[in-house]
Amino acid sequence: MDLITLRSITKTYQMGDISVPVLKGISLSIRQGELIALTGSSGSGKSTLMNILGCLDRPTDGEYWLDGQETSTLSADERALLRNGKLGFVFQSFNLLARTSAIENVAMPLSYAAEDLSEREARDRAAEMLVRVGLGDRMNHLPSQLSGGQQQRVAIARALINRPPVLFADEPTGNLDSKTSEEVLQMFERLNAEDKITIIMVTHDPKVAGHANRMIRMEDGVIQGDAPAAESNPELPGGAA
Amino acid sequence: MKVYSTARTALRALRRNPMRAMLTTLGIVIGVSAVIAMMEIGAGASAALKKTIASMGANVLVVRPGTASSGGVSFGSGTTTTLTPEDCQAILRECPSVRNAAPMVRARTQVVYGNRNWVPNAIYGTTPAYLDVQDWSILAEGEPFSERDVLNGNRVCILGKSLVRELFEGESPIGKEIRIKNITFKVIGVLSPKGANMMGFDQDDVIVAPWTTIKYRVTGASLTNTNQSTTAATDSVNTLSNLYPTVQPSLYPERSKIQEANNPMPVRFANIDQIMIAANSSAEIPMAIDQITGVLRERHRIRNGEPDDFNIRDMAELTKTLSTTTKLMTNLLLAVAMISLVVGGVGIMNIMLVSVTERTREIGLRMAVGARGQDILRQFLVEAVVLCLAGGAMGIVLGHGGSLLVKFLFKWPVETSPAAIAAAVLVSAGVGIIFGFYPAWKASRLDPIEALRYE
Repeated sequence: MDLITLRSITKTYQMGDISVPVLKGISLSIRQGELIALTGSSGSGKSTLMNILGCLDRPTDGEYWLDGQETSTLSADERALLRNGKLGFVFQSFNLLARTSAIENVAMPLSYAAEDLSEREARDRAAEMLVRVGLGDRMNHLPSQLSGGQQQRVAIARALINRPPVLFADEPTGNLDSKTSEEVLQMFERLNAEDKITIIMVTHDPKVAGHANRMIRMEDGVIQGDAPAAESNPELPGGAA
Repeated sequence: MKVYSTARTALRALRRNPMRAMLTTLGIVIGVSAVIAMMEIGAGASAALKKTIASMGANVLVVRPGTASSGGVSFGSGTTTTLTPEDCQAILRECPSVRNAAPMVRARTQVVYGNRNWVPNAIYGTTPAYLDVQDWSILAEGEPFSERDVLNGNRVCILGKSLVRELFEGESPIGKEIRIKNITFKVIGVLSPKGANMMGFDQDDVIVAPWTTIKYRVTGASLTNTNQSTTAATDSVNTLSNLYPTVQPSLYPERSKIQEANNPMPVRFANIDQIMIAANSSAEIPMAIDQITGVLRERHRIRNGEPDDFNIRDMAELTKTLSTTTKLMTNLLLAVAMISLVVGGVGIMNIMLVSVTERTREIGLRMAVGARGQDILRQFLVEAVVLCLAGGAMGIVLGHGGSLLVKFLFKWPVETSPAAIAAAVLVSAGVGIIFGFYPAWKASRLDPIEALRYE
């Protein structure tokens, strides 16, 4: 069964008297374990689609099935619970809590989780997560003491702390240099391959998109192209240039 | 667990900006410390005021005999002759709310010393307990008379300051002898000056002596029967050996011993003019009145339904002054406390609003990873309450220290009040909730998408 199914999703923003359609009927299905790059020019609606997929926003119309659950009619609190348990987010600007150690940053979503973990269990889980992203020796560092790549890896650990089946990454490498970008992307590939986590990346960088095994291209509120990316883009960073 | 972790999160958030947290709480610290200091100093002042007013006689009760009447003619208050010194002793023995009681007889007549004379406002015959009841135990000079003087009917007296001025012209009166209605009294003490009372009655223009002496040697009768004119002195020659110089010539032929044995005259007990009673405190006055009424009705054998043959009066005017003063003080303190706490609360609200704006991205992130509106609301509310409670704790320490300082530096009376401390804790938590609510509510209503994009 598909993990995510969208059926003719539309999103229209109301700006005073003018209604601005941003998404004009999107239908899409995503299986468990896909690594998807969502691309498109600025204003194409990819961020809006991302917000809807991430349950941060509700579609104006259409159905969104996530893991067998219709989400477009859920209340704000129910969506918060859904985000906490089933979705992970990685942002372009990391969004770590300043003056808060890496391990506490990672453990933060646990305090909103439905399952009640003790302080100790939460720390253990966060430490385990940090080891997995290769920061076992940086647990008590503050974000300001970490490099950009390390910060993004802390953010990934935080996104995965509740073991969600889906990970959303919004321009995950936008603030990183090419070397660290590569590291982060390789980590995505590993998580995708080893843990079967479905990853959806929003990017306009073809190099980043090249790491995906499926590429969805948005334009003007509709899906323009949806194809397995591997053939057109060999997995070499230089090849896409 | 949930509360604990929320509190930890709040503390962590506050630790991120300790300087600002300190400055924010300063408002509450000052507010609460002002409240505590005011409450403690005010309570001390109020207690001192109460004591002063009480010393004016706020907890004093006066029992006077009731009204006698004959054939529809009322003789006025204090004309029955049923109140006895034994009543006074019984009241002292049987009423737990009574601290002390003194029987009193009164006289008003001329006092002579050397070639000077004066008619004091009142000559009180009483027991040493009178001085305690009137809070007058500390004499200006000399010593009070004793119970033994009362029992023996000794001719000793204590003079008020005005009398000393009128009769002695700067001389020390101690050990001198004055004459009251041709009876010599040795002056053994001088009362400390009290001035006029609220009715304008000069309280220093009095003589206090054992009631037995006044009763049996000076007035020889109850107040009602006394000729109160200043020229009441007997025209019989004072021989100094005559124990009862004012005795009246008998109206009836003298009876023989046999006649007396056959028809004994009813014994007349000594009656007194009033009993002065001090209650334990002004609050216990109603209780004391009940107890005294019970004791006296029983001793006077008054049946149910029959009226009392005595009146009990309290100093209602003083008691009212007392309660009004206390209430006024409390309200004043409360008003000051409210103002400082509101100012502190507005400071908290201001900083929390800044904090919410500043941490918009953090709020967006927390929402993205699954925080519900109520989680955010709780987080910011707890932060405000933690701030206020920390400020409250510091304020309690500071305020208490301040009031102790005042106590030691200025020797002001200070009373530690646990109620004020408890109220300060409650109020500071309350201020945190009230003034923290709006910013927290604002934070919880943020849209996660907007918040994440906020620069």
